[in-house]
Amino acid sequence: MVFPIGVRIDPEARPGRRDGRSLWQDSRARFMHNRAAVASASVLLLVCLYSIVGPVSSEWSTEAIDWQVIGDVKQHGRPSLGSGHFFGTDELGRDLFVRTAMGTRVSLMVGIFGALVAMVVGTLYGAVSGYVGGVVDSIMMRIVDMLMAIPFMFVLILLLMVFGRSVTLLFIGIGLVSWLDMARIVRGQTLSIKQMEFVEHAVATGVSTAMIVWRHIIPNILGVVVVYATLLVPNMILYESFISFLGLGVQEPNASLGSLINSGASRMQYGTLWQIGFPLFFFVAVLLGFFFVGDGMRDALDPREGNG
Amino acid sequence: MVAYILRRLLVGIPTLLALVVFSYLIIVAAPGSPFLGERSLPPEVLANMEARYGLDQPILRQVMNYVWGIITEFDFGPSFSYKDRTVTEIIAQGFPITLTYGFLAFLISVAVGVTLGVIAAVRQNSWYDYLAVGISIGAQVLPNFVMAPILVLVFTLWLGWLPGGGWQGGQLPYLIMPVIALSTSFMASIARITRSSMLEVLGTDFILTARAKGIGFRRLIFRHALKPAMLPVVSYLGPTFVGMITGSVVIDMYFSTGGIGQFFVNAAINRDYPLVMGITILTGFLTIAFNLVVDVIYAWIDPRIRY
Repeated sequence: MVFPIGVRIDPEARPGRRDGRSLWQDSRARFMHNRAAVASASVLLLVCLYSIVGPVSSEWSTEAIDWQVIGDVKQHGRPSLGSGHFFGTDELGRDLFVRTAMGTRVSLMVGIFGALVAMVVGTLYGAVSGYVGGVVDSIMMRIVDMLMAIPFMFVLILLLMVFGRSVTLLFIGIGLVSWLDMARIVRGQTLSIKQMEFVEHAVATGVSTAMIVWRHIIPNILGVVVVYATLLVPNMILYESFISFLGLGVQEPNASLGSLINSGASRMQYGTLWQIGFPLFFFVAVLLGFFFVGDGMRDALDPREGNG
Repeated sequence: MVAYILRRLLVGIPTLLALVVFSYLIIVAAPGSPFLGERSLPPEVLANMEARYGLDQPILRQVMNYVWGIITEFDFGPSFSYKDRTVTEIIAQGFPITLTYGFLAFLISVAVGVTLGVIAAVRQNSWYDYLAVGISIGAQVLPNFVMAPILVLVFTLWLGWLPGGGWQGGQLPYLIMPVIALSTSFMASIARITRSSMLEVLGTDFILTARAKGIGFRRLIFRHALKPAMLPVVSYLGPTFVGMITGSVVIDMYFSTGGIGQFFVNAAINRDYPLVMGITILTGFLTIAFNLVVDVIYAWIDPRIRY
C-alpha cells in the first residue's frame, strides 16, 4: 500500500464469522472502509458522469466553432459562465467543456477496453500455460519472454503507421501488448491452485482439462485478475495519451486527453492556460482515481499482498 | 554464470530476428507501394524504383538481404523521407543525443528515487515519510509528456531561466528540463519500490539480530539492509531503461533536442519505413542487451539465485 491511510477493519466485519458472509462481501466491506479508495471511486464516478452528460448539457457541440470568439481567443475565449464556454474555447473557437468531456470519454474507454482485452487474453493464456505445464508451458512462457523484450511502443507506432491511425487499432494494440504481465501473474497463481485437492478431485472424476481450467482455475484467480486489471487501466490511459500526444493516436476532430494536452501545451505561450489546465486536471484526476481504487481493491481482495 | 549468459544470448538473438522479420512482414503487408505518393507514377518507373530498392524480389529474399546488410555492414538501407541520407547516418546523428540525456535521466531517477525511498522507510510514519510518499504518488501521474509542458511553462515562460528547447551540443541549460521531464515518473516509482522493499527487509530476523548485536545505524542500513532491499529495484531497471528510450520520443518532439525520437515520429508520419524499422530494431537490440546486463547484476547481488 502506498498511502498512509490504513485499511480499518470494523471488528464486526472481520472475515467470514458470525453471519457467514461470502468472500466477495468481505472484500466489499474492506473496500468500503478504505476512505481514500471510496473517495477516489466517487471522483471517478463523477468524472464518468461528466464525460457522458457534459456534452448533452452544453449548447455547444464538439465541432462547432464559435465565430464570436475566434478573432481574439485570449480575451473572448476564456472560461466563463456567461458565454456558455465553461472551460473556455480552444484556438479554433471550439468549446473546451464538451471537448474535454469527449477526451475524457475516449481516454476512459481506451483504458477500460484495453484492460479488458489484456485481462481476457492474459488470463486464458496464463491459465492454460500454468495448468497444462511441461513443454507447452515452457514454450508459451518463452514466447512471453520474447515479446516482453520488444520495445512495444515502437512496434505499436509501426502498426499504427502501416494500418492507418484508428481508435480501434489503438484499443486492440494497447490491450494486446499489455497482457504479458497478466499472463505471468495468472500462470503463477494457477501453478499453486493446481496443487489443491479440489482440482485433484475434478481430475479423478474425469472432468476435461478445458472444463477444469474454466470452472475451477479461473474463478479462483479472479480476485487477483480483477485487482491487476484495475491497476492496468491507468497504464492504458497513459499509453494512449502518450501516442495521442505525439499526434499518432486519436485524430482530429476527435480528441483524447493526450491530444488535448498536446494542443493546449502548444498554445501555452499565448497565455491561454485554460486550454492545457482543464484537460490536465481531468487526466490527473482519472489517473490518481484509478491508482487509489486499484490499491484499495488489492487490499480488499488480496489482503496477503501489498502492505508495504 | 557464463553458461547462463550464453543461454540468454541464445534466446535474445532469435527474439531480435523475430522482431526484424515481424516488422518487415508488417510493412510488406501494408497496402500500396512506399513510392506511391499523391501523384501516381507510370508503372514502368514504379517497377524501376522497386527494383532499385530490391522490392521486386521474393519476400524471403528481401528479409534475408536486409538482415544480412545489418549484420555485415550495419546497413539499415536508405531513408525514404531524408533523401540524401541513409538510416545508419541518421541513427549515428540522433542516437548520441538520446543516450546523453537518457543516461543522465536514468542515473538521476535511480539515485534520487533510492535515496527518497530509503529515508522514507527508515523514518516510517514521520512527516518526511508522508512527504516522500505524497511526492511519489503525485509524480506518478506526471509522465514525461505532462512534465515537459509544465516545466516549460514555469521555467521558460514565467521565470525565463531556461531555454524552451534546442540542444546546442548538450550544454547544461539545454539539458536540465529534458532530464527532469524524463526522470520524474520513474524516480517516483523507484522511490515507492525502494520504500516498500526496505520496510520489508527492516522487519526481517537478520536485521533484528544485527540490531541486537548493537551495530551502528549507518552500518546497519548500508551494509546489511540496503543490498537485499535493492533487488526489486534492480528488476525495475529494465522497464526504466525502456521508459527512457520510449520517453525520448516525447522529449525530442517537445524540446527539439534532435535525438532519435524526433526522427522516429517524423518517419512514422511520413511513412518512412526503413527509418522506423531501423530505430525499432536498434531499440529492441538495446532493450535485450540491457535486460541481460540487469539479470547478471541481479544474480551477482543475490547469491541465492542459481542459474
